[in-house]
Amino acid sequence: MKAGVIIFPGSNCDRDAITALKDITGQDPVQIWHKTTEWPKGLDFVVVPGGFSYGDYLRCGAMAGNSPIIPELKAFANSGGHILGICNGFQILTETGLLPGALLRNAGLNFVCRNERLIVSPNSSAFTSEYQSGSEIIVPVAHHDGNFFADDATLDMLEGDGRVAFRYADNPNGSARDIAGILSENRRVLGMMPHPERAIGGHEGGSDGRAMFAGVMNALATA
Amino acid sequence: MKAIVYVELKNGVLDPQGKAVSETLSRLGFDEVKSARIGKRIELELEDGLAKDAAEARVKEMCESLLANTVIERYQIELADA
Repeated sequence: MKAGVIIFPGSNCDRDAITALKDITGQDPVQIWHKTTEWPKGLDFVVVPGGFSYGDYLRCGAMAGNSPIIPELKAFANSGGHILGICNGFQILTETGLLPGALLRNAGLNFVCRNERLIVSPNSSAFTSEYQSGSEIIVPVAHHDGNFFADDATLDMLEGDGRVAFRYADNPNGSARDIAGILSENRRVLGMMPHPERAIGGHEGGSDGRAMFAGVMNALATA
Repeated sequence: MKAIVYVELKNGVLDPQGKAVSETLSRLGFDEVKSARIGKRIELELEDGLAKDAAEARVKEMCESLLANTVIERYQIELADA
């Protein structure tokens, strides 16, 4: 699996993503600077990392969502590439329209930084293929704007089509229907507020995120 | 020419900042406050000599592509001679 990580000014979980990908795939992922319009050849999987791209100016993810690399990212998505947007990466993916909805300020107004219990929703994506449907995993969250919002019709569609990947067991931010992560229509783009790349080895406090990267790698290996 | 763009959360979208402001105002004794909504005001200075209609169409395009996220926000444009 050839993986890449897009880096924006203000990304600060890019190193975490790189470390996780290297640890799991055994290869250094390609680092993609947001200003390039040349998409690296042969990529299978791209992570849009967390952080505070452009200082969260205007809206979280608004500037990054209009970066020069974004048309290339969209083309990659349209060609069936796998994309994981984590935290600010999730916000960026909703801003680009690759995923529906938006992330609002946390209902409790506080920045929430702690381990969260997530329930794996029944769905059929590579990202969750190594988890038992309905099982509980522990993945850290760290965000101020993680309150997922979409109109009722969109929420019904996401639930009806099995596009909710994860729900919070104990909703930390007011997200509609406890949604922590959602999938694109082809189930190859996942956006989530929790940080699976911060739960891969144990030294950070857990390893439940590891199976997500392994799931993508296995799916690509057998594809 | 100047364009003033007002961006605010749509009705029905929770505005926790507005809620906190409203609660604090009540605590300070401003009991007449029933609710507060917080928005943004963006001031754009445009090139001189633009026709008003054309300028408004361009600013609308700016709102749709960057200034507002129409999933959660609505916007309003005012044009004024600088």
